[in-house]
Amino acid sequence: MNILLQATTPVPRDIPLPLPLPEPLLVVLLVISFLAHIIFVNLMLGGSVLTLWAQIKGLKDKEYDTLAYEIAKTITVNKSLAVVLGVAPLLSINALYTVYFYSANALTGLMWISIIPLVTIAFLLTYLHKYTWHKLENNKPLHISIIAAAVLVFLFIPLIFLTNINLMLFPEKWGTVRGFMSALTLPNVFPRYLHFLCASLAVTGLFLFWYVGRKRYPFENYFHTLTRYDVKKKVYSLAFAMSLFQFMIGPVVLLTLPSKGVKWNLIVVILSGAAIALPAMYWMWKAITGPPELIDRHYRKVIAAMTITVLLMGSGRHVYRANALAPHKKLMAARTAEFESISAEARRNPPADDAPPVSNTTAGKGGRGAAVFQANCSACHRQDQQLVGPPVTEMVSIYHDNEQGLKSWIKAPGKKRPGYPQMPGFPQLSDADLNELTGYILSIK
Amino acid sequence: MDFPMFHLDWLNDRFLIAMIAIIHVFINHGLAVGFIPYITWLEQKGVSMAGAAQITDPAWDDMVYRKMKVAFIITTTLGAMTGVGIWFSAALISPASIGSLIRVFYFAWFVEWLTFVTEVVLIMIYFLTWKNAGRTLKAKLRHIRFGWFLSLFSWITMVIIVSILGFMMDPGNWNQHHSLLNGFTNPIYLPQLFFRTPAAMVLGGIFGMLLTTIFTSRGTAVRTTALKSAARWILAWAPVALVAACIYYRAMPEAMRFNMSTAVGTMEFAQYYQLLSYIIPGAVSLVVIISIWALLRPRSIRFAFVLAPCLAAFGFLGIFERVREFIRKPYIIGGYMYSNLLREEDYPLYKRDGILKYATYTGVVEITPANRLAAGRDVFMLSCSRCHTTNGINSIVEVFERVYGAGKPLDENSIEAYIPNMHNGRTYMPPFPGNTQELKALAAYIRQLQLTGEPLGGAQTEGVTVNPLNSMDAAVELMKKNESDEK
Repeated sequence: MNILLQATTPVPRDIPLPLPLPEPLLVVLLVISFLAHIIFVNLMLGGSVLTLWAQIKGLKDKEYDTLAYEIAKTITVNKSLAVVLGVAPLLSINALYTVYFYSANALTGLMWISIIPLVTIAFLLTYLHKYTWHKLENNKPLHISIIAAAVLVFLFIPLIFLTNINLMLFPEKWGTVRGFMSALTLPNVFPRYLHFLCASLAVTGLFLFWYVGRKRYPFENYFHTLTRYDVKKKVYSLAFAMSLFQFMIGPVVLLTLPSKGVKWNLIVVILSGAAIALPAMYWMWKAITGPPELIDRHYRKVIAAMTITVLLMGSGRHVYRANALAPHKKLMAARTAEFESISAEARRNPPADDAPPVSNTTAGKGGRGAAVFQANCSACHRQDQQLVGPPVTEMVSIYHDNEQGLKSWIKAPGKKRPGYPQMPGFPQLSDADLNELTGYILSIK
Repeated sequence: MDFPMFHLDWLNDRFLIAMIAIIHVFINHGLAVGFIPYITWLEQKGVSMAGAAQITDPAWDDMVYRKMKVAFIITTTLGAMTGVGIWFSAALISPASIGSLIRVFYFAWFVEWLTFVTEVVLIMIYFLTWKNAGRTLKAKLRHIRFGWFLSLFSWITMVIIVSILGFMMDPGNWNQHHSLLNGFTNPIYLPQLFFRTPAAMVLGGIFGMLLTTIFTSRGTAVRTTALKSAARWILAWAPVALVAACIYYRAMPEAMRFNMSTAVGTMEFAQYYQLLSYIIPGAVSLVVIISIWALLRPRSIRFAFVLAPCLAAFGFLGIFERVREFIRKPYIIGGYMYSNLLREEDYPLYKRDGILKYATYTGVVEITPANRLAAGRDVFMLSCSRCHTTNGINSIVEVFERVYGAGKPLDENSIEAYIPNMHNGRTYMPPFPGNTQELKALAAYIRQLQLTGEPLGGAQTEGVTVNPLNSMDAAVELMKKNESDEK
């Protein structure tokens, strides 16, 4: 870490409560639930991009319009799963990285909270698009614009998440960041974004391969010139091309990572992930270039290998985070412990003026009434000067022979004078305190 | 203290959470918990009304399907996103409290998440298989059974959520037990659950009636039957809702006593509480009147007539939520953390040394005459800004002007005398945490605000200034000291 930055790098205190579960278990939950969430996000984003593409192509070839409709039907289901599955990793990262995550959220706050309305709008657009397919049959430009708008939002949202996830790793930047745009331009956001987009298209390609290939899927009812093999080959080729591209963008992501979290453990995890993807690439290549009847041959193996790759890449992501934040977490733990001990010390020796609650004072009769007055009344009432409420002398003139009346007024005041704010009631005063108080008030001349 | 302070200086921070949360509750109660059983009941009615040769009455089934489609689209977009939005907004505005709650109730929320995932999957299956299920009677009956199952599931989700709402109201127990069971044993848990169930059903029914007026043409048999069905549904649940509302209404002051040893009778609470006593009979009688009308004269019912009771019913739920939130004050986590996000147990330290010294983000640590206003601004941000703005909703200037007279110049000395004692009279206010110097700086800042109207930007636009006492340099020194102490 840069020595010069140390003066402006905050070391906040952590939440002084133990973690709800053992840390390794929380990490496993975080990594797995995050991957489950992101897979459906991939399908939602990849599905809408492909829908848009197919529908535009469908302007000339009706078969592609049908294909677009078939893909569109999957978006609305996948997006619902993407949202609900997002809650568990959100909870887990909140628990594990409370200070880091929330600080990044606050520093990019307006854009962060905009995720809610933006995604809501994009979701509504996907429904509108799906349910107006036949109604807008003759107004394709409008219909395509609807899905295009949704795609734009879907493409933008990951940038907000990535900016946050990136910013949380760098407390040394928190003092210099001014809003979302400045956090967006920190190194590594865009390479990771590109990495994510390619993954989305690759995952969607693999998903559609299964989706259109299912036995129960009545492909022939929908399509007349396109064959099952055509579509499968296309989506498989997409998955292959995008995976190939990942082999180029991956190293860029790794190289642009700030060095503070890069360690051998990270390199090993990432390289193993990449290595396991290699046979999957080979099987996909064989299937795409081989005879049509053999296209399904290695699909299960491809999925198995890619699943392991995704698990390793997801773990690598966590390893980097853990590496990068370890020293700062240690400092934060030390500060938290120090604060807890001085706070405990201050509790044992409270400052004098704050120490005894009024009702426990053992001062003499007048003294206690005065103390009750000081704590409860003096903010608004002075002896002979009007402040918020009337002066004490005026109370005396009204209630000098009606102590009971004064007591009931204090417990439950009414509204008497125009121009004065209404007095709050004090039903919480004990009878003993109230006696002392009214005695004290009426003793003032 | 330890988080950059996100702050909306016009809208008010709490208002953001409230807005998102109330939309979510409306959708959850009115379009899921109360609506799905209503829809399933109608679907079942369609089968029993069908002729011998039919599986279901097609026109009727299509109408019910379209209603479900509305609920499906809204719950899986706005409903789901506002649910996530509660997390997002709470993390922005109350990071210390939501962070603490997650440390303790992670497991509870995890279980709730599991039921939530199941609910979403079920709702998708229920809606997306609707058309296919119409092919055979057996499939249709299975679909209806599925609907009842889904209804039960949505209700269970609510059972858990209400307990999570409840644990924040049970102060003493937070410090002792740290467990979700407090949520279930809270004095208003059962009244709340008992209230929410029929209230949701009434909401579902009245919303269903509103949709009927949109999806059916006037004078058709389907419309008449559907309006009458909704009316019967509402009339069955409204008396239960009324009784439950009264029980809940009477349980609230007790919850207040449990919560704040000192607060039963504050004016502000009394105002809301009184409002409830008008709204309960008002809203219930409105929905009952429209229902009886729909039973007797179904042909004359129009969209506009149903809209008013529908809005009243949603308002009825909204005001209950507002009162429930009020019960929590002055704490955000009962007995543990005040609504300014400071722990009660740290108060002696803050009183002694001031809060600025321990704040991670502040531009001022030592207060001097030159930096007094800047210090006051930081004190305001740290101890007031969760609920007050400078010049927007619930602005600090306005609340003081309400006390001392609108438009009159605020007197710093009076403010200084008032603030340390305000929690005695206004028991929903947390005590002022800082020391005397900080108090003076705050009073000067408030007076300045009255004169200049200058806005206060949050961390999301202004960024943060790191307190040198809490920087990495200082932490490194602390580490070195700890290490040499060990030797």
